[in-house]
Amino acid sequence: MGEAIVITSGKGGVGKTTTTANIGTALALMEKKVCLIDTDIGLRNLDVIMGLENRIIYDIVDVIEERCKLGQALIKDKRFADLTLLPAAQTSDKSAVTTEGMKKILQELKQSYDYIIIDCPAGIEQGFQNAVAGADKAIVITTPEKSSVRDADRIVGLLENEELEPPKMVINRIRNHMMKNGDMLDIDDIIQILSIDLLGIVIDDDDVIKASNSGEPVALQGNSKASVAYRNIARRILGETVPLQSLEEEKGMFQKVKQFFGIKS
Amino acid sequence: MHEESQTITIKGTKDGLTLMIDDNQSFDKVLEELAGKLSEYNPKQDDPIVPVTVKLGNRYINDWQKQQLRELIGEKNRFSIELFDSDVIHRDEAIKWKEDSDIKIVNRVVRSGQVLENTGDLLLIGDVNPGGKVIASGNVFIMGNLMGIAHAGAHGDQKAVIAASYMKPSQLRIANYISRAPDYETEGVYMECGFIDEKQDKIIIDRLQVLSHNRIDLSGFERRIVNG
Repeated sequence: MGEAIVITSGKGGVGKTTTTANIGTALALMEKKVCLIDTDIGLRNLDVIMGLENRIIYDIVDVIEERCKLGQALIKDKRFADLTLLPAAQTSDKSAVTTEGMKKILQELKQSYDYIIIDCPAGIEQGFQNAVAGADKAIVITTPEKSSVRDADRIVGLLENEELEPPKMVINRIRNHMMKNGDMLDIDDIIQILSIDLLGIVIDDDDVIKASNSGEPVALQGNSKASVAYRNIARRILGETVPLQSLEEEKGMFQKVKQFFGIKS
Repeated sequence: MHEESQTITIKGTKDGLTLMIDDNQSFDKVLEELAGKLSEYNPKQDDPIVPVTVKLGNRYINDWQKQQLRELIGEKNRFSIELFDSDVIHRDEAIKWKEDSDIKIVNRVVRSGQVLENTGDLLLIGDVNPGGKVIASGNVFIMGNLMGIAHAGAHGDQKAVIAASYMKPSQLRIANYISRAPDYETEGVYMECGFIDEKQDKIIIDRLQVLSHNRIDLSGFERRIVNG
């Protein structure tokens, strides 16, 4: 029996879809059977980030309205045999999906997958209700900005009403130099306000945007900081204890030598 | 022979008249005797109005009976009833008093968009996050961070206070007074309380210790029952 995890944030543009794609890919890298579901009906993106846009024939609304079988709508990933995507419809709106329909799909998917990762739309209306219905766990994405933390707090409050485990959070788009200068909320501030467990932190990395545009999730690409961060998050989901990444920039050889001689850089 | 105690005793005090009504007599009999007694009394039109306290002993009277007494005593006699003083109260009133003076303990985080409302005092063990709101008809005590809105004395009690382990509220409201955080970024304060300062006629924030001489009746469980 698999586990359904919803990725949500309240605010738009904090990286829900990117996180969904990367956590899913990272879990698949660890040889888990993973299904990604895009519930952002009308504004689908997950297929683009996964580079699977051109393979869509049926979508989640077709499944709910019984125009096709669930298995027909699932798209196999190009890289992993055990990674699939259930795309959102682009032509309908959020009312085309019901909470009952979602629960039914999740029940079916849980039989054959280890993890089902649900990409939630922004907002707290019907789309959010649909995405949360039937999920077992939730991951709340926030960035170190006041407005995003405020919305995350609202979402955590709303999740308390659902039958979910207490949510965990991922702090996305961290800019180390701004945090150091106090221009951004720091990680401790965010944890103190939201008072939920931290699942991981992801640095604001140009590679993430490059990867999204090329349809290759960054989690696949070697050793960039964001890539490691997403893989660490996946490992923590699997129950491993992985220490948080250090935010410090790697020091070059020249810097190390300077430090050795006690010269201030 | 046993001397029957008087149904109605009238006493003069420096604050006016005290009318003691025997609680063993029927209300009809009381009205009858009262009418008899008062008929002997014929004040002049320009006499000053005398305040009257009616002591009812262990008798409970409802609003209609109060109205009857008011009409009988007050009308054309230059009396005005200041207070009905009864040793007993109605159960509904007692329950309301209890609710209003009870302290309710809540253990959770009040998050953005959530409202926690209750009658009586509120003791919150947890934070009020920015965008969250707590409302109480009595005092608000927060063991945690107050970063949202707190409203004490929501039914109009201006003596109500708001105390928190850490205060950085976006707004404090007491009765119909509202104060808001300054526009510039500030550090919060630890172990402080907000209350209405009568002299300045606004909500001020001060150390918790000032409450011990500012709001003496804060301690004492039945304070509001005693105060009526």
